[in-house]
Amino acid sequence: MQSALSQSAAIAGLAAARAAGGTEQTAQFITFTIGAQEYGIDIMVVREIKGWAETTPIPKAPQHMRGVINLRGVIVPIFDLRARFGMGLTEASRMHVVIIVDAGTRTVGLLVDAVSDIISVEPAAVRPVPDLDLAAEDNLLQGLVPLEDRMVTLVSLDGLFRSSAALEAATAAAAAAANLAA
Amino acid sequence: MTSLDDFKKTYFEECGELLDQLYAGLADIAEGRGDNETLHAVFRAVHSIKGGGGAFGFARLVSFAHAFETLLDMMRDGRIGATPEVAALLVRATDTLSDLIDAARTGQERPPGFEAELVQALQAAAGGDTPAPRHDQAPAEANEPAGTTRYCIRFAPHPDLFQRANDPLLLIRALKRLGPVAVEPDLARLPDLSAIDPEQAYLAWTIHLATASPRTAVEEVFEFAADDCDLSIALEPDADTGAAAARAESAVTGKANPAAQPTPGRTSEAAGEQPHSIRVDVEKVDRVVNLVGELVISQAALAQFGQSLPPDLCPALLNGLETLSQHLRELQESVMAIRAQPVKSVFSRMPRLVRELASQLGKEVRLVVTGEATEIDKTVIEQLADPLTHLLRNALDHGIESPELREANGKPRQGTVHLGAEQRSGRILIEIADDGQGIDRPKLLARARQRGLVAKDAVPTEEEIDNLVFAPGLSTATNVSQVSGRGVGMDVVKRNMQALGGRIIIESRSGTGSRFILSLPLTLAILDGMTVAVGQQTYIVPITNIVESLRPRRADIHSVVGRGDVLAIRGEYVPLLYLHCAFGVADAETDPCRGIIVIVEGEGRRRIGLVVDELLGQQQVVVKSLEANYDSVDGIGGATILGNGRVALILDVSGLSANDALAVASRAEPPPPPPPHVLQ
Repeated sequence: MQSALSQSAAIAGLAAARAAGGTEQTAQFITFTIGAQEYGIDIMVVREIKGWAETTPIPKAPQHMRGVINLRGVIVPIFDLRARFGMGLTEASRMHVVIIVDAGTRTVGLLVDAVSDIISVEPAAVRPVPDLDLAAEDNLLQGLVPLEDRMVTLVSLDGLFRSSAALEAATAAAAAAANLAA
Repeated sequence: MTSLDDFKKTYFEECGELLDQLYAGLADIAEGRGDNETLHAVFRAVHSIKGGGGAFGFARLVSFAHAFETLLDMMRDGRIGATPEVAALLVRATDTLSDLIDAARTGQERPPGFEAELVQALQAAAGGDTPAPRHDQAPAEANEPAGTTRYCIRFAPHPDLFQRANDPLLLIRALKRLGPVAVEPDLARLPDLSAIDPEQAYLAWTIHLATASPRTAVEEVFEFAADDCDLSIALEPDADTGAAAARAESAVTGKANPAAQPTPGRTSEAAGEQPHSIRVDVEKVDRVVNLVGELVISQAALAQFGQSLPPDLCPALLNGLETLSQHLRELQESVMAIRAQPVKSVFSRMPRLVRELASQLGKEVRLVVTGEATEIDKTVIEQLADPLTHLLRNALDHGIESPELREANGKPRQGTVHLGAEQRSGRILIEIADDGQGIDRPKLLARARQRGLVAKDAVPTEEEIDNLVFAPGLSTATNVSQVSGRGVGMDVVKRNMQALGGRIIIESRSGTGSRFILSLPLTLAILDGMTVAVGQQTYIVPITNIVESLRPRRADIHSVVGRGDVLAIRGEYVPLLYLHCAFGVADAETDPCRGIIVIVEGEGRRRIGLVVDELLGQQQVVVKSLEANYDSVDGIGGATILGNGRVALILDVSGLSANDALAVASRAEPPPPPPPHVLQ
């Protein structure tokens, strides 16, 4: 928990340093909703936000990979965050929103329900994610931010787009560890 | 990568181009087409290789190039004629020069003495009628008295020295290698700090050098800077050599260059050459190519929209769209032309190969090259070298007979191999033809039967037999020679061609020779595709993979237990791959007899029948990478954008073939289409 806290603080700090014009320590996040939940993503990685359009499905892709779209001549894959979080496929309509983000060297789209807000977060305000029994999925989240009457979950892009091989390896390792413990 | 590595890389790239020029020039000289200008060009090429090599300290390369250059210089002065012997010597010297460049690039030194024999030959050829050794040409161990000589060198760079890529520090360091130096800077020209232009050379130096090396060595240090500085090299007044006083006057000024330096004709020409070409990173060009691809797509969408308007609504708009499409076509062609390069860059390597192979095999072969100016996409050219090498080897080893046999058969002793390129309707045809014995079909077939590649009772057509040439591991060569016979090369040819979206046509006549024709697309960025529909999805099948498409009779579809369905066609069974199963597409036609079967051939000539709903049409598509933002997917070669802005996936037929098992497995999942009349 200690390390998780310091890691999120470091990430938030890094983002803050990159945010031009923001105060020294704060980072800005774009928040969006999936169902009733509100999530946040570092504003610096967001390239654009656009409405959902029909995708071209890719064969043999995982369920949360909704296919590819043509973003001004670049082929961009769209990931269904709801499905990625294990909450079932989004029934995408024109009202749904795709957030185009830079994930490392790649450009990808995240399908969410709606974009709601931009928030500034002090690194100290980021709470660690409670240690739930979701070993492999832990790294999808970066931290929790309590606001006045709600809570925003910060999403970690690194965790989302680590190659599936690494994810499988992590899952396998977790399973092995669980076996060992039992 | 350090900047020095960058420079080296550029140098070796340039060496490649210079070698090409060299070979081309020498070929002209050998055939008597060369004039003085050709000789100058050849000389310049060797000289530039030497100059760059010196900067990087490739001593062997430089000393060899020096000997080479010496002979060329004498030819240039008309003191040695371009006899066939000399021309042949020059070609051999170029081969060796190329080897030495390779050695310098890879860092794998050639054995000592590798070039010694040729250096001697060059020196002998140059020395034969040299009136007197001119000091500027003499090799390093020349005629100055041994022992230490002290020089006083006055080196005053012109202000634009740096722009000519010279660095005084390097020059002084080079001098230091000759012996101890004492340097006095002259700051007279140095302006105030505020007035300094950092790109100009203000300083001058007086350098006192004590060296055992001859004066030529000192002059050579400044060889490439001599035009850009005032230079005088004099013996020190107090030098202990007796001749000092006499020599002190013979100062060499900047204008009195060593003869190896440019003649007036050369300088003016070098200056004139500059603006004709620029070096551009291929990536930049690719970006432009991509953008133009986008424009073409947008234009197609606009045109579609325009067609749906009533023609009299806004004629100006429709006219505008028409003009736009014309300009776009031109723009696309021009951009493609930027990427295109003459095939010469790969063809020019072939004469050497043929020469060496012929002498190795004891055959007499003449290589005729045509259409070198034909232009083709750079990426295609890079992939061409291997296939051409293998095909030429094949022609020389298997095609051309020995001189004795040729005479016995009433043919000229010397065999002819023709390497040609031409452009024909959007494709490039490259032909390798020989006048040898042709493919020995009975022998090839027997060998294939032996290896089980052809069934014992099958009677393949001549074309099918010829194509066995490409089967891996099959060779009619009785002995495995160093040249060929392992049956690997032609297999590589076939694979390279497929990777390029090319086709190979073989024409062979027993006793009179064979012809291999490679048909290649002009570019890899655009692909000829067949658009097919599967359910709501659209896929592109590369035309080069398509053998035929048909709607089968129900009687021709058979189910093979555990292997899925096969299509019986002309006595052959082609496994079927239901694309909707393999790709998980809903609402697609499941009955092949109501859809269409597209028979495709991937790597290794394996045919499969793709079951699709319908063919939508043939069109050129711009190939986009799927891997850039996602992972590669088996069976998908890339993506493209259709006129309506939607993404369509391009099939990779070879990847699909490899996944037959998967197709069979998923085939089992949905209820199979009822095959009521299979056993009719």
